[in-house]
Amino acid sequence: MYKYDQYDQTMVDARVEEFRDQARRRLEGKLTEDQFKPLRLMNGLYLQLHAYMLRVAIPYGTLDSRQMHALADIADKYDRGYGHFTTRQNIQYNWIKLEDAADILADLAKVEMHAIQTSGNCIRNISSDHFAGAAADELVDPRPYAELLRQWSSFHPEFSYLPRKFKIAVIASEKDRAAMRLHDIGINIVKNEAGELGAAFYVGGGMGRTPMIAPCINPFVPLDQLVTYAEACLRVYNRHGRRDNKYKARIKILVHELGAEEYTRQVEAEFAHLLDQGVEPPLVELERIKTYFEDPLFETGAAADLDRSDPDFALWVDRNTIAHKAEGYASVVISLKPVGGIPGDATAEQMRLMADLAKDYSFDELRVMHTQNIVLPHVRQADLHALWTALDGAGLGSPNLDTVEDIIACPGLDYCSLANARSIPIAQKISERFAQTGKTGTLGELKLKISGCINACGHHHAGHIGILGVDRKGVENYQLLLGGSEAEDVSLAKITGPGFDENGIVDAVETVTTVYERQRHDGERFVDTYRRIGMDPFKEALYG
Amino acid sequence: MADTLRYRDDEPVDHPAVTVDSFLDQSNASAVRIEPGDDARELLPHLERLALVEVNFPAFGDGRGYSSARILREAGYEGELRAVGDVLVDQLAYMRRCGFDAFEPDQQLDMDDVKAAFERWPEVYQKAADTRTPIWTKRHA
Repeated sequence: MYKYDQYDQTMVDARVEEFRDQARRRLEGKLTEDQFKPLRLMNGLYLQLHAYMLRVAIPYGTLDSRQMHALADIADKYDRGYGHFTTRQNIQYNWIKLEDAADILADLAKVEMHAIQTSGNCIRNISSDHFAGAAADELVDPRPYAELLRQWSSFHPEFSYLPRKFKIAVIASEKDRAAMRLHDIGINIVKNEAGELGAAFYVGGGMGRTPMIAPCINPFVPLDQLVTYAEACLRVYNRHGRRDNKYKARIKILVHELGAEEYTRQVEAEFAHLLDQGVEPPLVELERIKTYFEDPLFETGAAADLDRSDPDFALWVDRNTIAHKAEGYASVVISLKPVGGIPGDATAEQMRLMADLAKDYSFDELRVMHTQNIVLPHVRQADLHALWTALDGAGLGSPNLDTVEDIIACPGLDYCSLANARSIPIAQKISERFAQTGKTGTLGELKLKISGCINACGHHHAGHIGILGVDRKGVENYQLLLGGSEAEDVSLAKITGPGFDENGIVDAVETVTTVYERQRHDGERFVDTYRRIGMDPFKEALYG
Repeated sequence: MADTLRYRDDEPVDHPAVTVDSFLDQSNASAVRIEPGDDARELLPHLERLALVEVNFPAFGDGRGYSSARILREAGYEGELRAVGDVLVDQLAYMRRCGFDAFEPDQQLDMDDVKAAFERWPEVYQKAADTRTPIWTKRHA
């Protein structure tokens, strides 16, 4: 994985000192709260319902055991002994004191980490495929391109006061594991007919109040023009994105209002101009970055057969391990979705265990998934049993990847100052219900996503089943949505009808799964059946 | 009105800047003020006669002026480029990178903080409208 050189370290260290100075000026009254707010946000510091929340960047979700240990130490030293892994492949701490923030950033800088641009109206942490470098289906490892864009977008002088936040995802596979087309810019590294690599640009996707699937505006940008093209996309947005209404300020609204064709025309004109401005890094820089992402030394001829005599272990292997490009290896998903637990939360002790297991079994590497789980990307099949035994003993062995228990949920009204309703208790009740009825397994792949308000941090638009918490006359109410997907079969979920109360929504989820069980054809997932039979049978069952 | 910070050696323009519309209407004006919604590219045919471009920031969070500045510098404008209005000390370094060489903030800035702001970044990642060499060029020098 990527390692800082003296330049990267210098920049992160300078940022820590900058923030320390800003916090001092805030405390001295030289900065008003209004002036300080965007500065602290660009260092990941939010003011939430009960305390400050600090969001730490985990670029493209990749980290090593030393870094995971540091995250655990921060949880113990400055928070309440746990952290929350997010849908942007980051981690956030919910109980931070403002006066500790600069010290935390300094602790992070010691392990090549930071909280730069994890919030605010700027280019956010770049996300990517959590199986990058391991997946059997990828064209190339997408992370070098994400790292190049990380550097380009860090402290960008022109794009730090954008109309609104800006999220970029980079993948390099037909399989989309990063919700690429639901980003402000989604980049897919592709090969053209001449066998050259390039970048397909999808611009103007997003969730929030107005969900949009990004159209492809350029199917092949040569790699030696990648940064220039991104710069053109951003400049058109910075100049023309709406600033009169924060709910219409994301780039998706600009692309929608101009039309993809006109937006593309403006980008191409800006791109033609910028090509002469020398903003592109030299290609050798991409080559330098790539050297950090070379394959670890996989054992050749590693044994691929497993002793499956323990049924619990066999179930976990079937559900939570993924085909690896190297024979005899697998990628392992550590579920942070124990039945009745808080999706994405991990205690400091669990973080340390995951770090140590990564060191022992996965070439010292971990990944954070946007579905709020952790991946050990490169595990020998022969080590799976020992790994599972250790995980299971620490409450990290839930065999529920991509099942109805593997719920994405935003922090909701338990923490968030924007939320209208709680998300976490709904997730807890649903996973408990299905674990109790024993249906989790028979329902197969079923992606359930819960947001506690219209801003959609819990990706409810992209759930096979989505739940949106709203406030109805002072009472929490939950709308049910069906048919969304964030994967390569991307689609936006539709609302079934009137909402439900807290217990009603759990029943409603069960009801729609019953319709699926009755109607499914062989091999169909929930979302496939929904797409075939449409909304009506589900509505009928829900509302009679 | 707070002091103007100026990082150029030539004499400042001694007459007030006019709006973009009014500038385009009269052939003798040499100072213009760009508002956030103005298109800086309308000025490009007239760079020869321009000595001062003020870019107004009515609110510090509106970042359109950063693009206006770069567009002018990229087109070869060499006159004074002044950021005016709600300009905060924590924005100076990025503004400088986008080509601003003068600042006329609504609020008086602490000169120690200004000095610290300009000395903050020992390196830069990107190419911008200043003369600084990006990290990725230095790495392969």
